[in-house]
Amino acid sequence: MTGFEFLVGVLYLASASLFVVGLHQMRAPSTARTGNLISAGGMVIAVVTTIVFSLVSSGGHWIAWAALIGGALLGGVFGVRQARTVKMTDVPQLVSVFNAVGGGGAAAVAFAAFVLPGDAGGIELTISIPVVLDVLIGSITFSGSLIAAGKLQGIISGKPITFPGARAVNILVAIVALCAGVMAVILRGNTLMLVVVLVAALILGVLMVLPIGGADAPVIVSLLNAFTGLAVAMAGFAINNQALIIAGALVGAAGTILTLQMAKAMNRSVVSIILGGFGTGEPVSSSGPSGEDLANVRSLTADDVAIQLAYAQHVLIVPGYGLAAAQAQHQVAELAALLIAHGVDVKYAIHPVAGRMPGHMNVLLAEANVPYEQMLQLDDANAAFNNCDVALVIGANDVCNPDARKPGNAVSGMPILDADHAKSVVVIKRSMRPGYAGISNPLFTDPKTGMLFDDAKKALTGITTAVKEYVSA
Amino acid sequence: MQTLFGNLAIFVLALLVGVEVISKIPSTLHTPMMSGSNAIHGVVIAGAVITASLASTPAGYILTFIAATLAAANVFGGYVVTDRILKMFTKPKQSSMSTTAGAAS
Repeated sequence: MTGFEFLVGVLYLASASLFVVGLHQMRAPSTARTGNLISAGGMVIAVVTTIVFSLVSSGGHWIAWAALIGGALLGGVFGVRQARTVKMTDVPQLVSVFNAVGGGGAAAVAFAAFVLPGDAGGIELTISIPVVLDVLIGSITFSGSLIAAGKLQGIISGKPITFPGARAVNILVAIVALCAGVMAVILRGNTLMLVVVLVAALILGVLMVLPIGGADAPVIVSLLNAFTGLAVAMAGFAINNQALIIAGALVGAAGTILTLQMAKAMNRSVVSIILGGFGTGEPVSSSGPSGEDLANVRSLTADDVAIQLAYAQHVLIVPGYGLAAAQAQHQVAELAALLIAHGVDVKYAIHPVAGRMPGHMNVLLAEANVPYEQMLQLDDANAAFNNCDVALVIGANDVCNPDARKPGNAVSGMPILDADHAKSVVVIKRSMRPGYAGISNPLFTDPKTGMLFDDAKKALTGITTAVKEYVSA
Repeated sequence: MQTLFGNLAIFVLALLVGVEVISKIPSTLHTPMMSGSNAIHGVVIAGAVITASLASTPAGYILTFIAATLAAANVFGGYVVTDRILKMFTKPKQSSMSTTAGAAS
């Protein structure tokens, strides 16, 4: 090892350490932004080191460097423009698109490692195996993430899309991909076989994500994030680059943990989400609200809710998917600020999977200038419900279904927010329609619960106006 | 073979470090964490640079261009959007600090 190679190794180690430190800083809101900058610093070191190393050791053709710079400019402008303009409600789609391009980029790097050395002598197993794995995982991630982003954006129907014999087709394509992969390795650098792997994996990515319901799409985005990490790590093996291996492994671990945590919070197994189980459109028993249910529902007006809130001492707001869908985070923050000014103690009880990706609701509320001290996570929130006068549930359903404590139904065992422990409950919801678990929620028919049937944004604006009149009068 | 084993050891240890570090992040910050780790896999742009240094055929140039475009979108976009998200988390903190610190601002 020359002194120069040693220096390159040290710089790669430094950048990898900065990635770890940066991620570690993300454990608290106050240090998280610095953490991201530290991670970006590691990225600059890794890229600059690689550029200098490549120029010194192999040089390369000027057309290749022109292609690199042109591509980087094009991609960079696209990425930055998307990142600057994306609405906070649409962040999950953007993350999914970045997964797609990351996976695609890794597949392209691996493909080049396979093709570029030329035909002389063939390719060693230590390179061809990671190349095949990378092209496989990277391509699945590329097409799968684009479909997932399309579902989240609403370009592709959020409903599970299936066709007769879909599973058989899936298995067939998977077998083709695997066989071609094995052939590519055995034949020591057969490009045609690698192209077959690429095409089959792209088809597989589409087939894998299409049957997944829109509500499950966030879990898939998280899983594909882990896939991208693994693809990048495989690219690192293929070109013997430790920066790629370490960064890829870190992301692979992050994505896997998030996927498992999210699946747990939704009371689903990752396997059942991928294979498509309940919540993918098949009718579940006791789904719709019965007539008896509707008779027990107490309906409220915005004025009723305003009076109830203004008289309360402790209010807990339970924001759910409906709030995110109606983009009503600013309206809820305005109402909360008004109540706080009136002397009411207002906090938010946030379920880990509220919103469209893990932690998404915290981002939406932060966007509306809600201090994060007011956002209570599951355990703290459940302690606070016991001392709470009004629980204001906005567009949330399954995450506060008390039936989760009973065995034998679709939400059994799911961690929930104990909104039913509050002295009274107000639910803002467009209709009595069941949530995505497809079962009715006894919280809505509880005698202490009042329902305000309206769109979250309209309802909150109405309540805020009423509170203002009430407070000033 | 020795190189492969070294790389494999690095891979496995990095996975374990990742699990350890990520498990400590509260659910409040899961969205920026996901977007931040998303930016980190943009390191594949370093792979695109190496590809460029090895390419000397039209196929190589095309692959370089594709890899560079995709990886650059990932890395630049990823860091910018993560910073945008985290900026909103630090904003209320700063305002509460300035009210307590008073004279400092």
